[in-house]
Amino acid sequence: MLVLSLAWQSLQNRKLTTWLTILSIALSVALLLGVENVRVGARESFSGTISGVDLIVGARGGSLQLLLYAVFRMGAATNNVSYASYRHFAEHPAVAWTIPYSLGDSHRGFRVVGTTNDFYERYRFRRDRTIEFAAGRMPDGVFDVVLGSDVSATLGYKLGDRVVIAHGVSSTAIQQHDDKPFTVVGILKRTATPVDRSVYISLYGMEAIHVDWQDGGPPMIGEEIPAAKIKKETLEIKQITSFLLRTKSRIDTLRLQREISTYTDEPLQAIIPGVALAELWRSIGYAEDALRVVSLFVLIVGLLGMLVSLYTSLNERRREMAILRAIGAGPAKIISLLVLESGLLAFAGAALGVAIVYGLSFATQGIVERTFGLYLPINPPTQAGWIFLGAVAVAGLLIGFVPAFKAYRNALSDGLSVRL
Amino acid sequence: MPASVELSGLKFHYRAGKPILDIPSLSIDAGERVFVFGPSGSGKTTLLGILAGVLRAVSGGVRVLGRDLTAMSPAQRDAFRGSHIGYIFQLFNLIPYLNVVENITLPCRLSAERRARLNGKSMDAAAREVAERLGIAGLLNERVTELSVGQQQRVAAARSLIGTPELVIADEPTSSLDHDHRERFIQLLFEATRAAGSTLIFVSHDRTLQPMFDRAIALGEVNLASRVERAA
Repeated sequence: MLVLSLAWQSLQNRKLTTWLTILSIALSVALLLGVENVRVGARESFSGTISGVDLIVGARGGSLQLLLYAVFRMGAATNNVSYASYRHFAEHPAVAWTIPYSLGDSHRGFRVVGTTNDFYERYRFRRDRTIEFAAGRMPDGVFDVVLGSDVSATLGYKLGDRVVIAHGVSSTAIQQHDDKPFTVVGILKRTATPVDRSVYISLYGMEAIHVDWQDGGPPMIGEEIPAAKIKKETLEIKQITSFLLRTKSRIDTLRLQREISTYTDEPLQAIIPGVALAELWRSIGYAEDALRVVSLFVLIVGLLGMLVSLYTSLNERRREMAILRAIGAGPAKIISLLVLESGLLAFAGAALGVAIVYGLSFATQGIVERTFGLYLPINPPTQAGWIFLGAVAVAGLLIGFVPAFKAYRNALSDGLSVRL
Repeated sequence: MPASVELSGLKFHYRAGKPILDIPSLSIDAGERVFVFGPSGSGKTTLLGILAGVLRAVSGGVRVLGRDLTAMSPAQRDAFRGSHIGYIFQLFNLIPYLNVVENITLPCRLSAERRARLNGKSMDAAAREVAERLGIAGLLNERVTELSVGQQQRVAAARSLIGTPELVIADEPTSSLDHDHRERFIQLLFEATRAAGSTLIFVSHDRTLQPMFDRAIALGEVNLASRVERAA
């Protein structure tokens, strides 16, 4: 008890260095736990990019490719899915609903997605979040367009603006569908998912801008069909790129997946989004290891800082050690005093670090989600987090032995005379 | 009178071939107030280290308060020192982050045996008593960093005397005091040690203090290994 109260009072006496040491440990602990939080948050945000969908269906090809173009709007499909096949599975008795995607065009670098209004009603992300409108409404007419929040923020569009869609997905697309401009009728709220980076039109709109194209090329002069003449009723949707599918009962998922992959009318494939996302995450997950390594080094630096501050305070404390020796304190007491001090510092640093992490998480959760699309969950420390905290406490105690051993040797050689 | 300190054939060196202490025989009676002097290099500090049980004699007998220190383990000697010996340094006797009363009671908080010597008094009461005797009762709750050197030394004396240890060792405690304070401090120390019934070993190189003591020991002469040339 005496040693504990001495350690406590001694630390209080050196308030500035004590607080600086605690702060440096706290910051490294906070960084370590923060990185861990961001890591978990990034993984959860990533796997929450799309939810409530059991299968993603596209033309047969790479499953990663399908995931990338259907969910992340990256890359392109090599083949399309015929509208007939889509209808076949959309009306399949095991299927609850579908969301068709027709891809391939862009607007100033943002992908254009042809879809149905099921997209606005059925699409879910981060478990149960729904698509909401910041302004306007769902498209109704053929040439209505809805913008993702990034698109409207970047390009500064408002409701009623005219939008021309470019053919192809490159940002420097040459061919413009400028004869058939679209009108902005809705702007989506931010979702912090790839949904924000797309432009949405109806499947009819997608069909309409290509209605007069022949064999993948623009219409010959004189063969153009003016926008005014195009009516929804006269358009025939021939193909889409992919579709999202929800089963009525999830136990049907695997059976349906097999049925789609073995569909004889057309080579199709179906992937389970959770599985595919996990695979993709594993392949890019080395970044999280790098983050961890960096924060580990920061922690080591923090602990070394503590060692330095304890060690440098030793010389001015030789007198203190001699006094304790004179009143009968053995070397073991001297060692335990210093070990206890470093233990208290490490413990206080760890506690403060936890407080900083949770304080910051609470304070910035909203901002981080809006700005970076990263949802930081506020959970108790993960198992890894607890291990870090335990390691800090143990390392703190162990590091205390270095100056303690030095003090012990001083105490033996100084005896009751103190060389200052 | 039983002997408080008995040395016989005491030899000490840090490195073989370089003896620091060689004292064939030295005895100090219980209750005696002894003035030990000698120039630096005569082995004063080393002798005190051996008497306090911090250093261990290389050979010879060291009996303090009837106990054979050479037969004890270092931990036993630490415990023995904590409960039976008071020690006053030349300077910087006090732990800066404790206040006056906390510094005085420190030996009792460290050693249960020393605490038992308070005869049922509380540590604070015992500290107040010894502080009154040394004229520092008004300072008990002060921070030690705000005391004068003279006051600090009295606090150190109070700490060495709390729990009435049988032996008080003072290592040049007055060397940083001016002459008037020096004598006053020694008078107070005498009164307090007499009240406690303690033996006092007072080390100094200041011979003017010598007449105040019962006996003087010239370490340069007692210690055959003294590196200092003996007075003619």
